[in-house]
Amino acid sequence: MKAKIYVTLKKGVLDPQGRAILSSLSHLGIAGVEDVRVGKYMEVRLKDAAPDDARRLLDDACRRLLANTVIEEYRIEIE
Amino acid sequence: MRIAVPVFPGSNCDHDAYHALKHVVGVDTAFVWHKRSSLEGFDAVVIPGGFTYGDYLRCGAMAKLSPVMDAVRRFAEGGGPVIGICNGFQILLESGLLPGAMMVNESLRFVCEYVHLRAETGRTPFTGGIAPGTVLKIPVAHYQGNYFADDATLAALEERRQVVFRYCDPSGDPTAGSNPNGSARNIAGICNERGNVLGMMPHPERCSEEELGSADGRRLFDSMVAWLKEKGK
Repeated sequence: MKAKIYVTLKKGVLDPQGRAILSSLSHLGIAGVEDVRVGKYMEVRLKDAAPDDARRLLDDACRRLLANTVIEEYRIEIE
Repeated sequence: MRIAVPVFPGSNCDHDAYHALKHVVGVDTAFVWHKRSSLEGFDAVVIPGGFTYGDYLRCGAMAKLSPVMDAVRRFAEGGGPVIGICNGFQILLESGLLPGAMMVNESLRFVCEYVHLRAETGRTPFTGGIAPGTVLKIPVAHYQGNYFADDATLAALEERRQVVFRYCDPSGDPTAGSNPNGSARNIAGICNERGNVLGMMPHPERCSEEELGSADGRRLFDSMVAWLKEKGK
């Protein structure tokens, strides 16, 4: 089975990369973009398991390695 | 007295640390490969800078899982002195041995330059010989040294005197202009509550001899040696 994991910066944590991208977009004349936040996207393939078990496993993986919960939050989507 | 310098894949300041300790300060020093799970026989640990595991995922995120870090954790819990420099600091943050996290520099640029630091407390083994208020000249070299912690953590750090170094101007004033990376409250180095674990972005091992532009870094290692001697090591 497959899962998608999105790791993004928590609200309130400044994102210097996102800010630079925002300003580059405006240099390109792409108007109307108000904010950009840069995050990570991971695709995980895992042994078939009950969705609850898979989620528990990935939650553990996120807390212990895939995300740094001091600055990041994560979202898990199981397919 | 014997000092450990853990070496991870991608460490690149390990030889600088070894040189400063062994040849400049003159203490017995040994490299410890990251697969080793014991620090038996060592009296202090200097985690060097570099780009462990190519900074994959996050700086220090892979290195925190190396067996030697379990040994470092036990060593720190026993009160042993540990200093993490640059990537070594990032590893200590990722390990949870120190609070907070590192962000990309505010400028989005790699900074590599001499900066000034104000020593805030002499309560760590590495700053016992440096009077609070002393201004040190020590270089930084990093892309992710923008220290972040939430407001409650920052307040607790201040209250418990865990801020050890702040970026400052040559007169010792922690101005915005003297902050090379956007770190919260100009923080350049912090210690744990007990004071035996210190993390700092600037590189004292790179400036322990006058011919390298400054010998101020040596003061941290001299302090460590004096601290260990006092303990009969």
